[in-house]
Amino acid sequence: MYGVIAEISRWAIPFAIFFILLIASLKGLQVFEIFVEGATEGFATAIKTIPYLVAMLVAINIFRASGAMAIISKQISPLLNNFGFPAEVLSHALMRPLSGSAALGIATNLISTHGPDSFIGQLVSTMQGSTDTTFYVLALYFGSVGVTKYRYAIVAGLAADFTSLVASVYIVNKLFG
Amino acid sequence: MVNYIWLGMIVFSIIVASMNGHIEIITKAALEGAGEGVKTSLHLISIIAFWLGLMRIAEAAGLVQILASIMRPLTRILFPDLPRDHPALGAIIMNISANILGLGNAATPMGLIAMQELQKINNEPKTASPSMCTFLALNTSCLTLIPSTIIGIRLLHNSSDPTSVVGTTIFATACGMIVGVSVDRLMRFIYRVQGR
Repeated sequence: MYGVIAEISRWAIPFAIFFILLIASLKGLQVFEIFVEGATEGFATAIKTIPYLVAMLVAINIFRASGAMAIISKQISPLLNNFGFPAEVLSHALMRPLSGSAALGIATNLISTHGPDSFIGQLVSTMQGSTDTTFYVLALYFGSVGVTKYRYAIVAGLAADFTSLVASVYIVNKLFG
Repeated sequence: MVNYIWLGMIVFSIIVASMNGHIEIITKAALEGAGEGVKTSLHLISIIAFWLGLMRIAEAAGLVQILASIMRPLTRILFPDLPRDHPALGAIIMNISANILGLGNAATPMGLIAMQELQKINNEPKTASPSMCTFLALNTSCLTLIPSTIIGIRLLHNSSDPTSVVGTTIFATACGMIVGVSVDRLMRFIYRVQGR
């Protein structure tokens, strides 16, 4: 089953490019010109996200480097130990919504220290795959269209991340614990 | 709310750093973060330019609209505010599909296209519309069938079974998605009742 999905994933993009261009050329569209127009628009969109990403990543970086995150992590880790949640993995859980690259760094580090097939290795792998960099995604997506009032989007995103985290701990404890 | 979170993170961090006696870290970290933001956006230029170019061809050929109409039964429930066959729906579906298949590079540009289309029918351009919130809830909580990055790392560290976490990831993301969409629906209702 996994093999089938992996094959689909491997073929999806080349096939999409081929299929889109095939249909467009059959309809007699000026594909090159349309592509360039779209790409020009894409350039502007990417540039527009800069101030929003700068604002978000400045706050996240300060939060990490100052030791503020370590303090919070220290406060809640004894609490979580009771639920089969090892303290080592907490820094990953806290970092995940903030920074994708930092969280991946922590996950890689834990996997190489404890081994990919250890309980911690399986747990952090599942967490890395199932949660998202919510703050970055919100800053990027809203920033690209100039929206500054996020309303309840953060609440929904973090609720989903938290649920995925709890579900990861539950299922990995059950299967590999 | 993002104002308070942003402010709180920075103020709390400065207090912690000054109490720990390494206040100089703040300036360095701030500028590094700013640099990282610019670098990320610059990196995005290439993939967004490529995918937006291709997407415009797909739109001109009518493919995006066809995709939107195929998925209408599902999107009608999730996005009741959007007009039938709105171009945003096609982009949303492609973004979610790319996420499910673990194709992060393709997912982001599709998501940004979807946001642009949603912004066109947003009455208050500075404020997130309900459809935008639903889309982002779906996007950040999205079901993942192929956690490709982590499988690569497990392989690199000689895992005896690198794909053993596929099942657990599917389970965890499915739970997250259900809760994410439900919370979004609940908040949408609360905000509407309060007239916000």
